[in-house]
Amino acid sequence: MYKILFKKVLNKDVDLMVIEAPLVAKNTEPGHFIILRVNEEGERIPLTIVDSDINSVTIIYQKLGYSTNLLGTLNVGDSIFDFVGPLGKAAHIREVKSIIGIAGGVGAAPLFPQLKEYKKRGVNVDLILGGRSKDYLLLIDEYKEFCDNIYYCTDDGSFGFKGFVTDLALDLYKTKTYDQSIAIGPLIMMKNVVLLNKKFNLPTDVSLNPIMIDGTGMCGNCRVTINGKTFFACVDGPDFPGEGVNFDELMTRQKYYKEEEHICNLELMKNEDS
Amino acid sequence: MKIPRVKMELLDSLTRQSNFDEVSCGFTLDQSKLEASRCLDCKNPRCVTACPVHIDIPLFIKQIISDDIDDAYFTLYKDNILPAICGRVCPQEKQCEGACIVGIKGESVAIGALERFLGDHALKNNVRLDDAIIENGFNVAVVGSGPAGLANAASMRRLGYGVTIYEALHEFGGVLKYGIPDFRLPKDIVEEEISRLKDMGIKFVKNVVIGKTITINQLFKEYGYKAIFLGSGAGLPSSLNLPGENYSGVYYANEFLTRVNLMKSRDFPHSPTPVRTGNNVAVVGGGNVAMDAARTAKRLGAKNVFILYRRDMSSLPARLDEIHHAIDEGIDFRLLLNPVEFIGEDYLLNRVKCEIMELGEEDSSGRRRPMPTGKFKFYDIDSCVISIGQKPNPILKDSTKDLVTDKWGRIVVEDFQTSIPGVFAGGDVVSGAATVILAMGAGKDASPYMDMYIKNNLK
Repeated sequence: MYKILFKKVLNKDVDLMVIEAPLVAKNTEPGHFIILRVNEEGERIPLTIVDSDINSVTIIYQKLGYSTNLLGTLNVGDSIFDFVGPLGKAAHIREVKSIIGIAGGVGAAPLFPQLKEYKKRGVNVDLILGGRSKDYLLLIDEYKEFCDNIYYCTDDGSFGFKGFVTDLALDLYKTKTYDQSIAIGPLIMMKNVVLLNKKFNLPTDVSLNPIMIDGTGMCGNCRVTINGKTFFACVDGPDFPGEGVNFDELMTRQKYYKEEEHICNLELMKNEDS
Repeated sequence: MKIPRVKMELLDSLTRQSNFDEVSCGFTLDQSKLEASRCLDCKNPRCVTACPVHIDIPLFIKQIISDDIDDAYFTLYKDNILPAICGRVCPQEKQCEGACIVGIKGESVAIGALERFLGDHALKNNVRLDDAIIENGFNVAVVGSGPAGLANAASMRRLGYGVTIYEALHEFGGVLKYGIPDFRLPKDIVEEEISRLKDMGIKFVKNVVIGKTITINQLFKEYGYKAIFLGSGAGLPSSLNLPGENYSGVYYANEFLTRVNLMKSRDFPHSPTPVRTGNNVAVVGGGNVAMDAARTAKRLGAKNVFILYRRDMSSLPARLDEIHHAIDEGIDFRLLLNPVEFIGEDYLLNRVKCEIMELGEEDSSGRRRPMPTGKFKFYDIDSCVISIGQKPNPILKDSTKDLVTDKWGRIVVEDFQTSIPGVFAGGDVVSGAATVILAMGAGKDASPYMDMYIKNNLK
């Protein structure tokens, strides 16, 4: 069992948790993820490691479906049934002078350790932080600690620029140039950022979060087509150069169990009622 | 008068299409004794030679006849720590039973069924062989809790080593848990046989991916293990490399079976991991995994489930029993068909295009080679399960610099020793996907080499 040492509600849909897992923490590098199961029947949920110290690992999750909602019911002192990692390949930290990070919603979480690592290596780091509304802009204070410039945007205009991250980026590129970008957020956002950046000859790394089960390359559920070739996000990724990714195919794969997810959520509501 | 081979009772084929209960019901004591009496007790027992773990089959058969059932189990358990499992899943017709002299003119002795009877007897009546273990004070690590790892762990433990098994998943048993369905191998049997290894003093650690959570180097330097056995299996699905293979609705058997078996999605939504088959399911392949996938799809409620196989019926590599059970359950065999393209709309599968094959000359496997005809057939399907084999998982190779593998990703060994001193390997990670018992044989046979290595290093 893996103890919850700290929990912070970031907004009504998103929590941060620090989990006691010294074995996982030990070999963790930016870009790695974990898989957890809340209880004995639980689904295996993959989540990026946001931060780690000698004893613990920090995760951030959005309460989207049954299992993440169940995770959200746990509190400090409670334990998580299974917790395995670090999984995946560490992010490829490139030799560049300047980078622009583009985060959409909860994508701010997986982006965090990577940008931090770039800063550690002396790279000039700018960030576009986007979300539905002000409450959905995550880790602002943490990012402020090391980012050179942060640009905010919200869909409803409740904070910063009103519009999508791509609108803001397009604006920004008029005056600034970068060697590299990393975009992490919903698939449709990453797709559009890659399309935009291509026009500016700006390479884009993305972090993919397809449905996974084992997370060790065994099941093939997380496969993704890149430049016509198949990759497993769990062992070949989750970070890839975004240019060749078939985002449309991935979006279909992501939605495959939508109906079942709905059934599960109804069950959860029933349980809460009783 | 010659006694005919005793037939094992089966769950009727209609009932079993709607549940995951075990299909083969096992022998009673009387049936076992009758079947045992068919053994000729050959001077040169070919069955023992044909068994990958060399069980003293004639001895346990004699012990069954003389009603020494516990002793018969002990005979078996000495060489095979998972008899209730192997009695169910071994391809006996290719091993012990295939070599049985009685089988030359008639039907061979049902050795597998007898093995299962003894394994079940021991579990039901809590009959245990007391392994007197003399601790030698040295520790070894075993990577993977599947058949190879379990067999190696037991053998090393019996030699006096402290043994820790590391498992990447959240349950122990490897393919016995995620791969083989309950209707063939009930999971409580797996649990119980594994728990006997825990009782031997073997430590089991879950949720540790060796190569990631702990590296091989760390196992030696920080944990002080004297040797390591890699039994991480063949966990990487082989792909057909066809257009449309990544469409939604196309599964690899590993995913499909892991969802149903390990994640128990057949109990959805009680178990929150879903699985979806639709009504029309194609399963590509002709081995045991293909049979498992097809029969699983049927049990999940799919109306039409068919096997697509590029050779003919007589070339199917699956266990005979499984093929018969699949036929009984209404699985359709569409033979001499080779899928060439998955067709869909918006990346969602709805059809498969197959080339019609014909059999040509014999190939290196002694089977007639399927030849393309240039003619095609199309089938409307909702999902497809690709079951054409597995390759070794790449994590160990990728994370361990000096570990030499061949071009198929299999770990290269000599006398079970890998390219790294003190690191041994066996089972599917060395041979490519094979059988439970071959992996167990490798795990067991590696132990004297590990023992020798450790003792030589002490000098």
